[in-house]
This record gives sequence, C-alpha cells and structure tokens, in this order.
Amino acid sequence: MRSFISEYEFVTARHLPGALQILSSGAGWRSIAGSTDLMVLFNAGKLPCRRFASISEIEELRRIEASDDWVTIGAAATYSEIRESATLQAEFPLLCQSASWTGGIANQNRGTLGGNIANASPAADSAPVLLVYDAELELQSTAGRRLVPYANFHLGYKQMQLQADELIVTVRLPRPSRDLRQYGRKVGTRKAQAISKVSMAATAAVENGTIVDLRIAFGSVAPVPLRCKETERVLRGERLTPSLRERAQQTLLLEIAPISDIRSTSEYRAMVAANLLGEYLEKLG
Amino acid sequence: MAKQAVSFTVNGQPRCVEAYPMRRLLDVLREDLTLTGTKEGCGEGECGACSVLFNGKLVNSCLVPFAQAAGATVCTIEGVGQHGLHPVQAAFITEGGAQCGICTPGMILATIDLLARHPAPTLEQIREGLAGNLCRCTGYMRIFAAVQKAAGIQAKHADPFS
Amino acid sequence: MEYRLVGTAVPRKEAGRKVSGTAAYVDDVRLPEMLHGITVRSTIPRGYIRKITFGEGIPWHEFVIVDARDIPGKNIVSLISDDQPFLAADRVNHCEEPILLLAHGDKYMLERARQNIHIEYEPLPAVFNIDDALTGQTVVWGDNNVFKRFTIQKGDVDAAWSDAAFIIEGEYSTGAQEQLYIEPNGMIATAEAGSVTVRGSMQCPFYVQKALMALFNLPAEKVRIIQQETGGAFGGKEEYPSMLAGHAALLAWKSGKPVKMVYDREEDMAATTKRHPSKTRHRTAVSNEGRLLAMEVDFSIDGGAYATLSGVVLSRGTIHSCGPYRCDNIRVRSVAVATNAPPHGAFRGFGAPQSLFALERHMNKIARTIGLKPDEFRARNLLRPGDSTATGQVINEPIELVRLQSRALDLIDYHEKRRRFTLENARSSRKKGIGFATFFHGAGFTGSGERYLQSVVMLEARAQDHVRVLTSMTEMGQGTYTVLAQIAGETLGISYEQVEVTNPDTAEVPNSGPTVASRTAMVVGKLVENAAREMKAKLADHDFAALGPLRVTVQYKEPPGIFWDDERYRGEAYGAFSYATYAAEVTVDTLTGEMEMNDFVAVQEVGRVLHPVLATGQIEGGVAQGIGLALYEKVVWCEGVMVNNQMTNYVMPTSADIPNIRVYFEEIPYEHGAMGAKGIGELPMDGPVPAILNAIEDAIGIAFDHAPVLPEDVLAKLTARRVA
Repeated sequence: MRSFISEYEFVTARHLPGALQILSSGAGWRSIAGSTDLMVLFNAGKLPCRRFASISEIEELRRIEASDDWVTIGAAATYSEIRESATLQAEFPLLCQSASWTGGIANQNRGTLGGNIANASPAADSAPVLLVYDAELELQSTAGRRLVPYANFHLGYKQMQLQADELIVTVRLPRPSRDLRQYGRKVGTRKAQAISKVSMAATAAVENGTIVDLRIAFGSVAPVPLRCKETERVLRGERLTPSLRERAQQTLLLEIAPISDIRSTSEYRAMVAANLLGEYLEKLG
Repeated sequence: MAKQAVSFTVNGQPRCVEAYPMRRLLDVLREDLTLTGTKEGCGEGECGACSVLFNGKLVNSCLVPFAQAAGATVCTIEGVGQHGLHPVQAAFITEGGAQCGICTPGMILATIDLLARHPAPTLEQIREGLAGNLCRCTGYMRIFAAVQKAAGIQAKHADPFS
Repeated sequence: MEYRLVGTAVPRKEAGRKVSGTAAYVDDVRLPEMLHGITVRSTIPRGYIRKITFGEGIPWHEFVIVDARDIPGKNIVSLISDDQPFLAADRVNHCEEPILLLAHGDKYMLERARQNIHIEYEPLPAVFNIDDALTGQTVVWGDNNVFKRFTIQKGDVDAAWSDAAFIIEGEYSTGAQEQLYIEPNGMIATAEAGSVTVRGSMQCPFYVQKALMALFNLPAEKVRIIQQETGGAFGGKEEYPSMLAGHAALLAWKSGKPVKMVYDREEDMAATTKRHPSKTRHRTAVSNEGRLLAMEVDFSIDGGAYATLSGVVLSRGTIHSCGPYRCDNIRVRSVAVATNAPPHGAFRGFGAPQSLFALERHMNKIARTIGLKPDEFRARNLLRPGDSTATGQVINEPIELVRLQSRALDLIDYHEKRRRFTLENARSSRKKGIGFATFFHGAGFTGSGERYLQSVVMLEARAQDHVRVLTSMTEMGQGTYTVLAQIAGETLGISYEQVEVTNPDTAEVPNSGPTVASRTAMVVGKLVENAAREMKAKLADHDFAALGPLRVTVQYKEPPGIFWDDERYRGEAYGAFSYATYAAEVTVDTLTGEMEMNDFVAVQEVGRVLHPVLATGQIEGGVAQGIGLALYEKVVWCEGVMVNNQMTNYVMPTSADIPNIRVYFEEIPYEHGAMGAKGIGELPMDGPVPAILNAIEDAIGIAFDHAPVLPEDVLAKLTARRVA
C-alpha cells in the first residue's frame, strides 16, 4: 500500500444534483464508483487526484430500464448487474459477454460500466461492444445535460470528451430493429481475469449471403477503442466470399495501429485482429 | 483530511470505526477490528486472498475504500462456521482444499458465494466462480473436489491406485 | 502392507486453523510498540553509490535509519560463498539491492519517506545474460563471472561419434520463474538484552539463525528463530528469509522496539529470488537401432549478482541432465554464471526442471530425426535394474520404466488420439496434440549432503498418550505436520490425535536440516520412524511421575552403500529416485496462438504414498506450476529489473486455465525412506514443461525450445511458415 492515506478526501453523494455540485466546485473532485481501477492505482501509489466523491449510493445511476427505442443503463450499474439483466441478455448479449470478461466475480460485483468507460483504456472490455451497439452517453453537469455518441467520446489515448465537472449518468443503446449476427471475442493473457491483448465486437445483418449492414470494432489496436469504418465500407453491401474476406482483412490491417507493450507485440495484435475478423466473416458466410 | 466514523455490520455485529475514508476495507478489518483471517496477497484485486462478502456479494476488500462500507453488511471468514464447521469448511478439510492456507479464507468465501448462486454447480461454473481466487499450492483440483462435496454432488474422480 | 494411519487420509493437522482463518501468518502478528520497517533499494544494476540525500518535508528525526555501518558483526548473508551483503555499503550489483533500512510507527509515513530518499550513483557496465557473462568482456563477479563449474564423465564420449548412425544437436532454454507464493515475505524481530528473536515466513529456521549469528556476532543461544504459519514457499523462502530477518533484526536492534517488515507484492516480485534461467546444448550420438551411444551436454544457469545457492542448483541440474536413460558414454559440462540481475535462488525442482526440459525435448527431436515414435525410442533406452545413471549410480530397485511409460500413455489414450488428431487437425483451425515426458527426480541432499547435515530429531512423550515430534521441518502447505504425526503415531501404536507437531522454534527443536530437496517425509520422516521405534520400546515402562517426560533423540546415519565422489561427481548421487511419465493434451488455436490444456496424466512411482490426498495434492500443485512455466509465466526484464512485477502482468494459471489433472501412484517401497516413502515434492515440476511443448509440436509441427511459449511465439512461427 504505497499511498499516503491521510491526504485523501472522500465524500459520499446521495443524490445526483449533490454529486454534480461537488464536481462543479472547481476544487479537483473526481467521481468514484466501484473503485476497481482507481484503488489499484491508489494501492500502487499512483493516484495523483486527492479528492473523491462516491456516486455508488445514487440509486438512479444503477437502474437498467427499457423504453420503446432504448435500453438505458445507469453508469454505476455493475458488471454483475449487467450480466443478470434479462433485457440485456436478450437484446445486447455482447455487453453481457464482455461484462463476464472483466476481472473475476469479485471485481464484477463492484466494477461499473461508467467506470470502464471513464478509465478510457483502449483495452476496455466494454468499449468495442458499445461501439457496435451505437451507444450514446448521457453526460450531466450543473450546466445541463448532453448526449454524446460513444463513437465520438474517446479523443486520444486516455483523453475523452468528459469535462472535469461532468458525470457519465447513463449509457443508452438503441434497441435493435432487426436480427443481427453478433460476435464478441477477447484474447487475453489467460482464460479468466485477464487484461485484453485484442478484443473484437461485431454485429451484422445478412440477407441471402449479402451483408446488408454491419458494425466492427476492436479494442487494444489503437490509442482509442476503434470502430473500423474503412473495413465496414469494404464489406457493406457485398456478398460474402473468401476474396472479400481477404480484402477486408487487408483493409483492417491498414486501419489499425497496435503497439507493443508489456503484454504483447504489435505484430501479434495485428495478426489476431485480422484472424478474428476472418473467423467472424467465415461464420457469417 | 479528517478521519470519518463509519458504521457497518461485520459478521452480524454492529461496528463503528473511525478511520481515514480511503483506508482500505482490508486494513480496517485486519488492523482496526483485528479480524486477521482476511489476507493481503497482491493489493491489486488479482489474487482474491482479501475476498469478503459485502452486502451478500463477493468483493476484493483491498479495493474497497472504507467510506463506501457505510451501512454495509460484511462477512469475513471469522463469520463463517460460528456455530460449528460450515459444510464448505468441512469439505475443504476432508478433500484437501487447503495446503498452505493463505488463499483459503478467500476461497471459502468465494465458494459460499458460488453455491448461493449455483447450488449444484457444474465444473465450468466452479471454475468461473473461483477464477478470481488464485491458489499456488493445490492446482485447484482438491478445491474443485471440496466445492463439489460441499454442494453434495458425487464427484467422479480417478482412484490414484486403480 | 496395510497401515493404520500411514496411507490414510487423516485430516491435515492444522486444517482447522486454516479453514477458520485463525492460522497466524507473520502479518497477523502484532507486538506492543511495534514499528514497521521498509527497505531502500538500488535503482541501477551495477555501480558505485555516490550520494544519499534525505528529502525535504519528512520528519527524519522520527525514523530509525540503518545502513551498513550499523552492522555489529559481519555484513554478509552467511550461506555458502559468503559474497552477499545484507546492506550495500559503497557499491551495488543489482537493481533492488538493499541499501538502507527505515523504521517508523506509521507505515504510510514509512512509504512516503522511502519515496523521498534520493540516491546518486556512478553506473558501471552491467551484464544481463549467460552468453555475455561467459565472454568475460565485463567481469562483474570474481575473476570471470563463474560461480561454479561441474563436469560429469562416463565412458568415452569422443570415441563414440564415429560409430554413430545419427548425430543430433539441439539447444534449449528456460526463462526465470517467480515462485509467487500468495503470502509475501515477512518477518517480525525483537532485540533485547543482547539477544535477537525473529519470527516469520520461512522454510529453514536454522539457516536464518546461522545468518543472524554472523550478522550480530552472537552465539546460537542468543538468536532465536520461530517459524510462523507460512503461506507458500516453493523454495522462494529457502534462503531469502535470512536477508529479511537480518534487516528486521537490525532495525529492532537499533530502535530497541519490535519491528515488522512485510513486503508488498511488487517489492517481493522484483527484489527476491526466482528460478534460474537456463541454456542447455545437447549433442547426441545414436545407433541404427535407436540406442544412445553418447550424450554430450552443456548446461548453464544464470545465478544473478551473488552466488547464493547457484552452485547447488547447478549440481542438481547437472546430475539430472541425462535423465533416466542408459548410455555408456556421457560428458556433461555445466556452469553457473554471475549477471547483474537480483540473485536467483531455489524454486521447486532446483535445476532439474531446467535440464530435464532440455533433455525431454531433445529426446523427441532425436526420435523424429531417426524415424522412431517418441515412446519407442525412449523404451529402447530407459534405465532397467542393473543399469547405471550418468554418475554411475546403479539402479537397484525393480522399477519398470517402460511399463510405467506405457501405462501413462494408455491412460491418456496416446496412440489412438494421435491418430485421430492427425485426421481432425486437417479440417480445423484448432489443432490438437499429445506429448509426454519420462523423467526422474532424486530426493534428499545430493551425495554426502545428508551426512553433512547430520540431522537430528527428537520425540518427547509427556504421557503414554501424548507425544510431541520436535524437528526443524516447516509446514508450508506440503503436509509436514500431518505426515510426521502419521509416521510417529503409526510406529508408536497411538492415535493420530495423540501426536503433536508444532511450528519449529530454534530454542526448542533440534536441527533436522532445511525443509528443501524433497527430504522431509523420506529422510526426516525416517528419523522420526526410528525415534518412535526406540521410544516404543521404552514408553510402556516409563514412570512419568518420577522421571518426567521421556525423550528420544536420533541422528541421521547414512545408509550403507552410498559412495559419492564430490571431486569427480560420480557415485550414488541420491538415496532414491522417484520416477514418472507425464502426458499432456493441448489444443492450439492457430488463429490466436492460444494454447489450451485439455487433459493431463501424471503417473509416478514414489516408494510409498503416506497420505493419498496430500500426495495427490502435491502432484497437482506441482503440475499447475509446471503449466505456468510452460505457457504463462514470463518474467519481463528491462536493464536488469523485472518490469512485470504485478500479478496483473505476471500471469499464473487460474482455476479456468488448469485442465483435469489425473494422478496415479505406484509403490516400490524404499527401505531407507519413512515407511518406504521417497520424496515427491519436486518431482511434479520436472515433467509438465517438456510434455506440453512436445504436445504443441505434435499439434502444429513447430518445435519450441524455450519456455515459456506464449501465443505471440506460436503465431509468429505459424505466420513465418505460411509465408515460407
């Protein structure tokens, strides 16, 4: 335990307006929920922020609700709550799957979707899934409320469209209007409780062997979670053939920019990304 | 920064501890309440030696800021088998689920949590339920056997002498 | 032979404490007025310490600060070569080398203080691998970076090459491996009235005592070492505890207060010992009939910056390097070198996993080259009773290695699965393979080592039905208390519950030697058995009221017929070998390079199974660690320091990664082992790595000769092969 605990301030917000007040005070407060990312940094002596406002007690931030067009997930919903939601299992199975990848049961009981997003790691398990589900984030501050498409949220490595006084309040997913062929796969350092080396999420509408529409996203292949629009362009409207598969893989390799780090190499990440795409396209065809 | 008085329930008993709010729940349990059964193995939420039940759910107490324990119900290994050995504890003894024992408190709590959610778990569910609790001694096999025994399932295992 | 206690699954002696959370590990212990201690360590791999600055804003007057000048006795961690200081004085030889010690009542303040000490160095060139160490261009230890060399010669290797139908060469290597006991290292020390008491997590209380006697210039009666419940060790707490105990004791000595030092995971991984990295070269002459004509082996290990146990690790690796095979002409040359890594040390297997990995990969290479199946080639060369090992030790027991090997292969359905996989693999991107390794492991200290130890055990009867077993053997999960109680109870004719075994305290127990080398059950258990037999003869007639407790002391006497030539490294290297064949089934996903274990069979002959559940647990646990070394556990180095020193980034298998491990025992009782038992603690470490890499080669036809193999390695080679 390498942090000087007496220097840290901590308040608990019980209602959303109160949390927003604290964040807007300009005194350097940050929100904290499940704490599974921040406390790791804290334990390692690597948490420079000294003031935390807990939002775990705010009930409205944990609801998972369905309306006609959207399913809305409170940002403080835990991975376990996501996994247990019948609505999400039925309509957004990739999100439940990615929630089962993050840590073990103990970390899933605490970690939250909002925390995963706000940690802004390109390796976040939920990120590619949120991209292919066209997620929208609702951000609030004392100044008001705005909706940001998740696709626009990450601006650069660990940089996001979240002002210091803003809180991610909900994540909403447009309910699918048709049957989608879905795919999610994470390649990590081991089968459970692993940091991702590469992860992929994809959804596609296929009719008579033709890709009518699709979404492809990858984690850990760029400074931000990556929606692969070039690769989608190559595939959209086309018939599924082996040569199309190869063209798509070539395009993907040009679209991604993985790095080598303590866990893996850029060559490996690139190859696996291409192979996962190939695996998905083969399943579709 | 001042300390905060936080009230919560530990092993059925109401407790109030004054501590810095970011003090880890793990340290409050071990040091302030001298409940040393919960262990520190990594400080990163990877090994599960610090697992406790927090409002009925398994969590890693090295990652819980104490202030978030306000009003919570916590169960540590000391709260298990207060009126005689819990079936999970008994099974860990007969099946050899504990070798050096350092992972055992967390492993037992993870097992209790697993069996509460899956009373007759498949081997797949056992593997998943315990994946956040690392054991370096056993290779997990005797732990699986202990979980199955506790769940009352007859485990088929190879007779070492056949 | 049917026993009453031995061979039954009695409950582990300390199981009740462990499942209830009342077992007292060192960090659970608190003493009044206790301070916490912390170590300030080198951030460079080699160089001179030029300046130490204590930063602003820290109340330094509140701290106890210890450096090398505070040492009352010798600033040397007494072990074998006596080259390692407790605290660096003016120069450092590895990253993480201890320089200063701090103590304070507030452990948070302590960490803050550590972060505010600035040390300036004048760096010197450093060496980071075996090859560079051997060139001698930069000498970092002694005259030539060599800690130790061995040569084993048998017959005439040079003459054999010309008769050979085949000459096969190969090079194999293993990386460092972290023991990763879930309980980090820790000690609590008190010092008063010129004596020192240390309690903590350790394997060898008398090693710690010896080291502290020299550190403080105190006699044995003034240095008391007590082992606490120890949360895993695997060799990682064989010698390092002396260093930590000395540090805690120095702070206690200077402050006059109890001092607790417990490492956090990051520090433990970066600063303490790991398995020695290794490189092995084989050159083998084989006849047309597939017989081994000559084996030439060059085996080298990286010892890190100080000698510690490298000479002994080298010894065991050297002796095991030609495995359980008969060959009349052998030459093994081995060397342990110094580099500027933190010193490497003991880890289950102790050199044998490294050299046996190389051998069992090489045996497959030979088989493939000469066109024989791997099992058939081995069968033609496995030792039979009357044959001799590389050191000339004659195999006296009626072991049938060919049958043992066949049994393991039948249990995993080896031949049928290989046939089936060859067909299925053609149609799938997920390729399955099966591999195996046949090997042995010598138990107890090498050669005259046990004689040198002169181990002593004591039994003390407090009443007819209450006997205490007093040894220095530590419980670290392997079942010491349980097994020694079974042996004593069995022999005395009393119940298991009536035998008490407790954690060793040097003030109370005799020196039975260290808890290492798979010797506890076999060697020390035998002493307990002998003492119990002697006590039984006297127990019934002993007048407790008049005479008090009945004590029996027994000292080790070498069994007859053990001749070991330490100069020429020939003779009976070990009292007994355990033998095994391990087989692994693996699936390789050629899209991602991921390798998944599907099945594992472990068949071993172990003399006598003293406790079926404990013995099975030992094998399963060792196999899991072997799977870790084969597929997951890579230490990432950068300029002499481990940079993946977090459990997030140093990957050990979870419950989701381990296959069903199927364990089978055979017994040929060893007359000099307790109730016929041979040592088994380290045996399971030797087989998994080559078995798994053999399976991977079977699955995808690519030979990996370095452990661990990671998906990155697999995918790189698969891609290169596709392109080529």
